[in-house]
Amino acid sequence: MLQEESDLSLIIAQIVQKLKGSNLYAQLERQAWASLQRPEIKLESLKEDIKEFFKISGWEKKLQNAVYSELSVFPLPSHPAAPPEHLKEPLVYMRKAQGSWEKRILKSLNSMCTELSIPLARKRPVGEQKELLNKWNEMGTDEPDLSLFRPVYAPKDFLEVLINLRNPNYENGDSLSFRTHLGLIQVPLKVKDIPELKEFFVELGLTTGQLGIDDSTQVPPELFENEHVRIGQKVLAEQDSAAAQQYVRQGSPTALRAELWALILNISSQPEDILYYEQLKTNVIQHDLLVDSLIYKDVKLTASNDDYYFVFEDYLYQVLLCFSRDTSVLGHFAYSSASPPKSYIRGKLGLEEYAVFYPPNGVIPFHGFSMYVAPLCFLYHEPSKLYQIFREMYVRFFFRLHSISSHPSGIVSLCLLFETLLQTYLPQLFYHLREIGAQPLRISFKWMVRAFSGYLATDQLLLLWDRILGYNSLEILAGKILAAAVFAFRAVNLMEVTSLAAAEAVLADLSTLKVMPLLQIFLFATVT
Amino acid sequence: MAGKVKWVTDIEKSVLINNFEKRGWVQVTENEDWNFYWMSVQTIRSVFSVETGYRLSDDQIVNHFPNHYELTRKDLMVKNIKRYRKELEKEGSPLAEKDENGKYLYLDFVPVTYMLPADYNLFVEEFRKSPSSTWIMKPCGKAQGKGIFLINKLSQIKKWSRDSKTSSFVSQSTKEAYVISLYINNPLLIGGRKFDLRLYVLVSTYRPLRCYMYKLGFCRFCTVKYTPSTSELDNMFVHLTNVAIQKHGEDYNHIHGGKWTVNNLRLYLESTRGKEVTSKLFDEIHWIIVQSLKAVAPVMNNDKHCFECYGYDIIIDDRLKPWLIEVNASPSLTSSTANDRILKYNLINDTLNIAVPNGEIPDCKWNKSPPKEVLGNYEILYDEELAQGDGADRELRSRPGQSLGPRGGRSRDSGRTVLTTWK
Repeated sequence: MLQEESDLSLIIAQIVQKLKGSNLYAQLERQAWASLQRPEIKLESLKEDIKEFFKISGWEKKLQNAVYSELSVFPLPSHPAAPPEHLKEPLVYMRKAQGSWEKRILKSLNSMCTELSIPLARKRPVGEQKELLNKWNEMGTDEPDLSLFRPVYAPKDFLEVLINLRNPNYENGDSLSFRTHLGLIQVPLKVKDIPELKEFFVELGLTTGQLGIDDSTQVPPELFENEHVRIGQKVLAEQDSAAAQQYVRQGSPTALRAELWALILNISSQPEDILYYEQLKTNVIQHDLLVDSLIYKDVKLTASNDDYYFVFEDYLYQVLLCFSRDTSVLGHFAYSSASPPKSYIRGKLGLEEYAVFYPPNGVIPFHGFSMYVAPLCFLYHEPSKLYQIFREMYVRFFFRLHSISSHPSGIVSLCLLFETLLQTYLPQLFYHLREIGAQPLRISFKWMVRAFSGYLATDQLLLLWDRILGYNSLEILAGKILAAAVFAFRAVNLMEVTSLAAAEAVLADLSTLKVMPLLQIFLFATVT
Repeated sequence: MAGKVKWVTDIEKSVLINNFEKRGWVQVTENEDWNFYWMSVQTIRSVFSVETGYRLSDDQIVNHFPNHYELTRKDLMVKNIKRYRKELEKEGSPLAEKDENGKYLYLDFVPVTYMLPADYNLFVEEFRKSPSSTWIMKPCGKAQGKGIFLINKLSQIKKWSRDSKTSSFVSQSTKEAYVISLYINNPLLIGGRKFDLRLYVLVSTYRPLRCYMYKLGFCRFCTVKYTPSTSELDNMFVHLTNVAIQKHGEDYNHIHGGKWTVNNLRLYLESTRGKEVTSKLFDEIHWIIVQSLKAVAPVMNNDKHCFECYGYDIIIDDRLKPWLIEVNASPSLTSSTANDRILKYNLINDTLNIAVPNGEIPDCKWNKSPPKEVLGNYEILYDEELAQGDGADRELRSRPGQSLGPRGGRSRDSGRTVLTTWK
């Protein structure tokens, strides 16, 4: 009890500290000062009157949403004496693995630099700046020669690293038992089993109405959908983040999704946010970074060829190039196992005072990175808003899909849960695929790393991401369970394949899948 | 029942032939007895021409109406729609209601269009009213974007007329006739790009009118960013969305072919603009298709041996108003991508299921109302018999944009039929 209380006060202190530097704090202060002019504010009950004023004028709700937003990204409270790296990742071997993975990426980036003799960054000459500014809205029509560039890494490279992860303190033993994990991931982490998942995802149960199921062909809309939409409008009118988050667990109506997500992520698109985006844009115009070519190449290789997303090619550049310059993204490294790569000014290698983060946001894009942005283009046509939503989605969820950590939503736990579920509930299939050398994780890994973006039809993907936001846990839903459910769904076909290539063929086209029924059946109709 | 359908085609496309073969039909030559002939528009002309004096028997079906060009030639379509509007106005029909500027409230769905050379003087008068407007010139008889160009000065028209073989407009034969239409210069852009809609509509009979809409239409995107600036008037990649044109652009992508499904469009519009305006847009699209068919129904030779699958081209402007650009009698059956191939195969499959019931030797005297189960991806767009049974007042009550029925705005294409009450 005592522990809980001190945890709570620790969290409060941290949130207060964080909000003090925010724009909201300044606004609240201004509002409080201005309210003094109002007749209902009395000197003798100043504090209470101002509180009341905040409540009536809606500022209290804004503060609540801000606190709620902090709580959603906040790491679990740790012991006050714990060093900061424990916040990033408590397990030493995970930290080490992430560290050496980062070294590898950086080395690969640097060698590309040397090979192509291209600087990491350079200031653009004025003429080039003007040219870029002019074609800002049509960067996709530019066809620079990118044949020499290659993605720094692809999901399959990352999977190899995860496969080789071992806990040095854990004796695996030689004897096989029914507990032996036969999958590719060999680190012992606690992952949820189906009863625990059922409890966690209780709203996905058979008795709760779901968009993506109960709005389908045969169900009259009066039964669930109309009422659900009405509640959604009410949630929006209230402007309450917490209510919105609870609400989207049952799926968001298409027409309300953009606003609901913005509310959950506490994105309001104030004039200063738009200004901030414009500053990032100016930065892109002025400086040319090597990562720009990587982004360019990635968009050309992925989204530009995608049936759903090719239309938004230019938006992707406008978001991703700005993202790479955004130093506020560095904040997420406080609770991510990853650390931003450093680069040194020429001739000063290793001297900390000459070190800068590179790229400025600390995130090196990999093959498929732009697919995190692409689905959001269906919701927001204003680049600055699209940008803010993506940035928040990244620092809350997506970063976990490509860093090594023991976090329950991290990619390692995802993979492990996926394999455990499959091994436990579809043992024959699992064994069959393993025997023919088609380890299921080799197929599903890329789906998970991209949060299924580019593999599902967009309407289905958005229904899936609804639940990610709703449960504040992208990966559990997107990664593990859905992937397992997909395998279960195609199990009959998969039992007949005899090679990895054939298994991949069976699972190549997921675009016709209906996500929610699949999930519900796997979770709640499986006998456990 | 007895015997297999004998088919002929003069269009060697695999999406056709695979469909015929799947049904176990037998290929014959056009000189033999045939039951089903999928023919080009050139062939239909000779089949029904006075000289050849072809007489189709009851077990023969073709895929065009004899005078389909009343709808599919740009000049005739506009002429028929203009006539239809005047007739409605004369009858005092509320459909022909006009706003304070003299524009039709419900029948203004084709961009202002004139025939050249016939209406040259009318055009000049209109052009002078808004001299900064851009106009698009299209040859009446050609398809797939051939011979199209944009103008924004009268001198360009004069130059064009000098350059064409004949020196005076009047002596030009109708073969070289052009239509000139006001160019929609505020198209809805998605991702900064211009697009048009290609929708497939099947007509099984004109009197009574019965037509079906194919649910899997698509948007065709320009590969180059849209700019209304006049300096780009010559760059056809900016303005024309025809795949036949866009294929030659260097940015043409062979994986998606610049095509986006109508479902994507709906998802995007509903997410960014809201459900109400999106449903209204789609209702209006259905409305203009039905009106265009009603406009030509009286002049169409409603031959009982015929059915026709049309490719409707529609442009949406930035106020979400749809404009009918043109109707194609022989929509391309060439597949530009893998998805395209599947789509067109299914389109033909569903078309045949409706036109040739059970894949059996046809009897063209049947009532042409197939059971719901065979519609596939088609849904009934308009059925005149049903509509009249419902009473005429219903049609008026529910013009687009007005009170839709309780299910009028159902949006998903997941199988629930989109019932607009004006049907």
